[in-house]
Amino acid sequence: MNNRGYFGELWFGAKSLLIGLNVTIKELFRPIVTVQYPREECEITPNYRGHVELVFNTETGGCDCIVCGMCAKACPSDCLVVKGEKKEGEKRKSLTLFSLDFTKCSLCGSCVETCPKGALDYSQDYNIAGFTREEFHYDLIERLERRHQQPLAAAAGGN
Amino acid sequence: MENLAENRTAYTDLEPATDIPNENHYYLNMGPQHPSTHGVLRVLLEMDGEYVVDPQPVLGYGHRMQEKMAEHKNWMAFMPNTGRMDYAAALPYNHGYVALFERLCGIEVPARAEYIRVITSELNRIVSHHLWIGAMLLDMGAFTPILYTFDDREQVLDILEDVTGSRLTYCYFRVGGVCKDIDDKFVEKTRAFIKRQRERFDIYNKLVTGNIIFIKRTEGVGVISPDMARRYGVTGPVLRGSGIAYDVRKNEPYSVYPNFDFEIPVGRNGDSYDRYMVRLLEIEQSLRIIEQALDQLPEGSFLGKAPKKMKMPTGDCSFSVEAARGELTYYLVSGGGDIPYRLKIRVPSYSNLSVLPELCQGMLLSDLVAAMGSMDLVIPEIDR
Ligand code: SF4
Ligand code: SF4
Repeated sequence: MNNRGYFGELWFGAKSLLIGLNVTIKELFRPIVTVQYPREECEITPNYRGHVELVFNTETGGCDCIVCGMCAKACPSDCLVVKGEKKEGEKRKSLTLFSLDFTKCSLCGSCVETCPKGALDYSQDYNIAGFTREEFHYDLIERLERRHQQPLAAAAGGN
Repeated sequence: MENLAENRTAYTDLEPATDIPNENHYYLNMGPQHPSTHGVLRVLLEMDGEYVVDPQPVLGYGHRMQEKMAEHKNWMAFMPNTGRMDYAAALPYNHGYVALFERLCGIEVPARAEYIRVITSELNRIVSHHLWIGAMLLDMGAFTPILYTFDDREQVLDILEDVTGSRLTYCYFRVGGVCKDIDDKFVEKTRAFIKRQRERFDIYNKLVTGNIIFIKRTEGVGVISPDMARRYGVTGPVLRGSGIAYDVRKNEPYSVYPNFDFEIPVGRNGDSYDRYMVRLLEIEQSLRIIEQALDQLPEGSFLGKAPKKMKMPTGDCSFSVEAARGELTYYLVSGGGDIPYRLKIRVPSYSNLSVLPELCQGMLLSDLVAAMGSMDLVIPEIDR
């Protein structure tokens, strides 16, 4: 390095810069690797772990949750609230409230892994932005209904 | 050296310093929101013109009481926190934490799970080095390289996202294994990445390694002698840059690392340039480990039997892993039950940062940026 001499150094430096420039010029003719995000969207893997969501069971037309409360207990951030009540003439409790406070969720996956019924799964939502915290307090039952365009109770009633 | 400790306490006051010892000196605050500190680190610089007389890092702006949080909930609840200390390479943090409990409770891990852990951790190490190369050159004013390293980084992140479900703050390992198996697609994509990365080294070398400006700005800048490195407990690529071949993966092997053939790259002079070279060579070594691990990948289960409600035996236990920035140690004291009594986390960046005052005395301000950048500091890890 140091025994290159003044002109040697100049020559070495100029050459190294040209080699670098060569790389960037070549890149001009390669395909574009960036995505213009809000206008284009990246494809997301099905294994992406977004916030949790109730799973729709196509057979019963509802969700499989049995209101055992294991998920809420397993959650390290206390962001799940599960409530249910026993209706007359039914064997099991039915779900009345399932809320997720996504502002506190750490996406650890404990709830999904502990659920004995497989009633929870991750969503693919990654485009989430909002102005208030309350926008991230999700009512998962309502979201499930909205996704399938029919009230759960009616669907379950026909069963 | 002696009065260094005294100065530190004096200067960390939030009050503006008025007692400037030499009237030609002045104080300059670098940070807490300086682009080259990559996080909320404040360095209080006593300056003489362009020269740094005494740099003192001021910590605590991003403190989240991670260790205290570990004492409040059961051990599994702390798992997501481990990925949020060193966010640039979270998997080794996951690894250390689960391995700690496996050692404490004597839990067996299936071989396949250990291989998956090694493969993903090494991928994460590569990602971290990509980020570092890009960010350090950005600090020094070179904008182009980060575009190339981030292109490569995205490839790995896509692979990791497919199996772990997240791109940055992973929570993938579980006590007794990992939470999701890898499939043929993962193996195929990883092999394709190894091939691609080997071709890309040429670009790195042309753009950065041989670049005259880079060489001039890093050679002989921020020389950490082996003795100085030992005194401060520096670890990781910074230590190896100083010529000491210490790597937890070799010196205190854990998981299935003894099964692989890899080298520990070391530097000669201990300057910023050597630290760069060590990291670049480490990417190649990680690729070698991944390649061998993919070849040897055993069949079997990816999650062994771990009790759902784990009771820890009374006692203490520690586990060290080689994180992307150096040696990471978890030390746990348990009083029985499932909540740790105390969890101490020894993070590499903290000790690496502590050389800064001695290292950067008398440097030009712009060299300080290059020297600090070469240490690869991740502030949330220091201020955990
Ligand atoms: S992913 Fe983790 S933090 Fe989020 S709701 Fe489930 S258990 Fe709670
Ligand atoms: S663990 Fe599963 S079944 Fe139990 S309350 Fe939660 S979602 Fe419902």
